[in-house]
Parts: sequence; structure tokens; C-alpha cells
Amino acid sequence: MAEITYIQAVNHALREEMERDEKVFVLGEDVGKKGGVFRATEGLYEQFGESRALDTPLSESAIAGVAVGASLYGLRPVAEMQFADFIMTAINQIVNEAAKMRYRSNNDWFCPLVVRAPYGAGVHGGLYHSQSIEAMFNSVPGLKIVAPSTPYDVKGLLKASIRSDDPILFLEHKRCYRLIKGEVPDEDYTVPIGKAEVKREGTDVTVISYGLMLHHALEAAEKLAKENISTHILDLRTLYPLDQDAIVEAAAKTGKVLLLNEDNREGGLLGEVAAVIAEKAFFELDAPIQRLTAPDIPAAPYALPLEKFFMPDKDQIERAIRELAEF
Amino acid sequence: MKNNRHQAIGLSDNDVLQMYRTMLQARTFDERCWLLNRSGKIPFVVSCQGQEAAQVGASYALDRNKDYLLPYYRDVGMVLTFGMTTKDIMLHNFAKAEDPNSGGRQLAGHFGSRKHRIVSGSSPVTTQVPHAAGIALAAKMEGEDLVAFVSFGEGSSNQGDFHEGLNFAGVHRLPVIFFCQNNKYAISVPLSKQLASESVADRAVGYGMPGKKVDGTDPLEVYAVVKEAVDRARSGGGPTLIEATCYRFTGHSSDDDDKTYRDPEEVVRERSQDPLERFRTYLFDCGVLTEETDAEIKHSIREELDEATEYADKAPFAAPEDALKYVYAQTEGER
Repeated sequence: MAEITYIQAVNHALREEMERDEKVFVLGEDVGKKGGVFRATEGLYEQFGESRALDTPLSESAIAGVAVGASLYGLRPVAEMQFADFIMTAINQIVNEAAKMRYRSNNDWFCPLVVRAPYGAGVHGGLYHSQSIEAMFNSVPGLKIVAPSTPYDVKGLLKASIRSDDPILFLEHKRCYRLIKGEVPDEDYTVPIGKAEVKREGTDVTVISYGLMLHHALEAAEKLAKENISTHILDLRTLYPLDQDAIVEAAAKTGKVLLLNEDNREGGLLGEVAAVIAEKAFFELDAPIQRLTAPDIPAAPYALPLEKFFMPDKDQIERAIRELAEF
Repeated sequence: MKNNRHQAIGLSDNDVLQMYRTMLQARTFDERCWLLNRSGKIPFVVSCQGQEAAQVGASYALDRNKDYLLPYYRDVGMVLTFGMTTKDIMLHNFAKAEDPNSGGRQLAGHFGSRKHRIVSGSSPVTTQVPHAAGIALAAKMEGEDLVAFVSFGEGSSNQGDFHEGLNFAGVHRLPVIFFCQNNKYAISVPLSKQLASESVADRAVGYGMPGKKVDGTDPLEVYAVVKEAVDRARSGGGPTLIEATCYRFTGHSSDDDDKTYRDPEEVVRERSQDPLERFRTYLFDCGVLTEETDAEIKHSIREELDEATEYADKAPFAAPEDALKYVYAQTEGER
């Protein structure tokens, strides 16, 4: 076991998968010689050469489209969108091509590819380096969305994504990159796609979240424990398709549910989680389902006070849990 | 006897007869589809008529045991060359369960077959262009000397994926043939309102590759130009953009009335220069085709087409609940 950062987990997963399987390669803007703007692909160019740590033109649709083509041939490309915000010009390739390839060819062709995208606010990145994009992709059958919150899950889920025969949108919270550290085994392992995980057992209130917000929830829970409020925390890990059984189980555990993320509220992912609970665990509920999200403004603004206002903070989370506990 | 042009470019008498047969097969198939559509048997047709020479000339220049084909929705002549049968395509047009292209899931003209290395296509145009670059990149990484051949219309040359795909292939000197069938219309919009440049081929210079314009109504000229590009690609010389000029004889599709935007006289004029008829004349003139052989070819095509039509008409649709299949890999659990 070694303690590594979230971004080291990305880097180690990529390196180990490239060592394990010659068909795995990374492509994207600045992923080669520079090792990525966040340094997620550091050292891959030196170890595997420029063809497997491929610097591409500044061309998101080609990055995704070329990855689709290479995956059709049988390679396992890992394409990087430098920031999730820049994925928009590649949506046609991801949604209409990669996600529909197996279905439209009646299982004849398929795309074993991963699109990695750093998302989320909290890094003073302004409107176009802070966005959460999961809601734009969470109704695309054929695609899976993975969004881990810990180094252990990052490494295990990225490996599982690379080995998957389906296209995966792999969302990495960029604020977590260097903030979050955790123990990771030395030996090879994977974490199953499609499975949520309880990150903290509790009995009073259930928090369902993912990414950076999950860590805020864990901190709030620790503090609330001193007031004898026991918080149960479920990390979704896979955002599409949702692990409905785990959601229902976690909701039923306490009967009081707080749904938490830093994306816009209306039409977001959490509305779907709420619908699952309302459909399948309605009679287990002791309070209305609560959502704590970012407001419905286009994205996190640049100025620090405005960015801070955009993101749910620890105090708000603590208050929301306490209110539910007292309901 | 007319000058024999095909031997000079390395094609035997049998080769050109086969090319003629495939062109005729595509035309006959297409005409049948219109009849079936107008009689209410099939919901949709998108036509290859007028473009068979470009399609067959080009695809005959590829290695059909090795190269990858990324066609667009008009490329009946290409997929036939690559091994698909009229029965396969007819099942597709009837949207039956046995349709090897999509199992009845996709609109007519959306070809695909892993067995024949024909990559499945979609309806948003030009998405296949970066795929071809990706296949060529993968093949190059794996040390295979195959060529990725991608086909599209001139309207597609205005899409971002055209420019991004060509640039990518140009930068990495990938073995891709970008083959544009310029049929003068993007549904109703004429060439003059689509391109500011003189030609599609001119766009190649921006991506560091040769751009060739060729008479797409002459299968031999198309063959020669594509063959040269294929040889260059296979020997590591990188990609080529080819623009084959031709004309769309029908409306855009069975749902389009082309009289609303183009002069019927223009269509009559173009049809009088039918590439298929001109190739037939050429084959007669150089003594390769006789009336007897021609009649035999037509008869066998007709017979095959009748069988295909009857078979596809009677074939069952997929069970409705089969619509739930193959969203994800089965080993990971279906939804």
C-alpha cells in the first residue's frame, strides 16, 4: 500500500494498463512531450514513445473521432479532453458515434474507448475551466459515465474503463487532483463500473454524492458525529447508468436523503436520483428528498467570491444534514 | 476498334467486365428500390444513380481483403464491390431482422459489416472522416499496410470533421484516401452556395496532401487516380484527397422533390451523358462486351435481384423487444 494523490492514481492506472496491453494508448492535446497540462500523462511519452502518448492537433472532434476509429480497429484509446468544458465540439463523435456504434450495427462493431475529462470548479478557472458536464451525457444509452472521488477508485475504475468493451466518459474532478490523497494497493486491481459504494456508515441522514462534494460531505459528517448526528454517505462513482439498488438501499437506511453535487440544479443528475428514490423507496422516506447543488447560472464565475458562492460549501452541507436530522 | 484504355492502367478485360457488372447491379438495385418505395413496400430510398462509375472505379482500386471502407449513404456501388450482396442490402432496405448492416435499426443506406471491413455509418454527415484517420493510425501503429478509404459528398467538405480529420491524417501522414463524390448538390443547395474555393480538391493544400480532381463519370479515370493514391498511402506516402465530379440523377431521397430547386432540363441533359451507358459503349467499342454477354449479365442481375426482393419482403422483422438488445457489451450485463 502506498499513499498517492488522485492525479497520481490516474497516471499510474494509465502506465500500468499501457504496460499490460500494447493496444492501449493515450491521445490528446499536450499529453505527449509535456505530459498533460495537469501532468496526468507524465512520463508516458518517455516510457512508451510518441506514438502511444500521442500529441494531437488542437481538435477535440478529431481527438474523439480518431479514438472511435482506432477503437473500431481493435485498439484501446484513452482520449483526453484537456478540460471537460471543451468537450462540446466532440459531442457528435461521443454521443452519435461511440455511444451508438454497437446498437446501430446490431452488435457488429463496438468502441472500447475512454474519454477522460477534468471537470468541476474550485480551481479559480472561470466559466470555461470549471464546468460539470455530466448532465449533458447522463441520458445517452450506450455510454457510461464514471466519476470517482478517491485515488483507490480512480485507479481501479480507470483500469476497468480501459478494459471495458463499451465507451466510457471518465470524469476526473480537477480540484481533487492534488487535494485528495489515499491508500492504493501495489498489486493490480479493478473497481467494477456501475457500482456505487458506501463511504461512511450512518443511521440518521443519507448523503448521496460524488467527486469533490463527497469529500466535503465526509468532513461535515465527521463534525456532526460530535453532535451525535450519524451520516450515511453513498458515493455514486458511476453516474450513468446509475446503481439504482445501492441508491434505494442507502435511502432506505435512514429515510432522510440529501442529494449533493456542484452542478446546476434543474435538469441535473440529482433529479434522476430523486426519481429513483421516489419510485422505489417512497414509503421508506421520513422527510422530503433534499438537493444541495450549484445555482442555475451558466457556470462558476471567475472572481473568487463568486466562485465560492457557486459551489456548495461545508457549512451549507453541514446545515442541510442537520436540518434533515432534526426534521 | 476503339483505343483500349483499361489495359494501360493494369485492368484485364475480366476486371472491366466485373466493374461494369457491379455498376449495373447498383443501378438496377436502386431503380428497384424506387419502385418498391412508390408501391409502399419500403419506406425510404437514398440513391446512387449517376455516381456508380465513381463508386465502382474507386473501390476496385482497393485491396478488398485488407483495406477498410467507410462509405456514405449513396455508396451502393462500393459496398457491392466490397462483398455485400443485393440480398444483404435489400434486407437492409426492408429493415428486416436479418439485415447484416443494422438488424433493421438504421435507415436505408447506412451500411456496415465487420466481415467485409465496411465501417458502420450514421446520418450526421462526415463523422466517418475522423474514423478513417483513426483506423489508419491504428493500422500504422500495428505495422499493417492497409489503407482506410472514406467516402462522402461535397456538402460534407464543409463540416468541421472534414477539416479536423484531414488535418490529423496530414500531420501524421496516415494511409487514408479521402474520396469526395461531388454530385453538385447538398440536397437543394448548389455547389456555388457551398464552396468559396474553386473545388473541394483545392482544400487539400491546407492539410499537406495532394488534392486530385477526377472525372467521376469515368470509372477508369477514377480507378487510376485512386490506385495511385492507394499505392502512395501503402508505401508510407500519406493521405490523398480526391474529388470525383459526378451528378445526382434523382432527388436527394425518396422524400425530396428536386423540381423545387433544379431545372428538370438539367437532369435530362445529365442523364443523356449517363456514365453507365458510356462505359457500356466503351466496352462494346473495344470488343470486351458483346450483346450476348450484356444480355447474360442483365439476366443474372435481374434474377439475383428478384430473389433478393422476394426474400427480403418475406423475411421477418426483429421481435419488438429485440430493440432492447446490444446497448452495451453483453458480458457486462444488458440493460
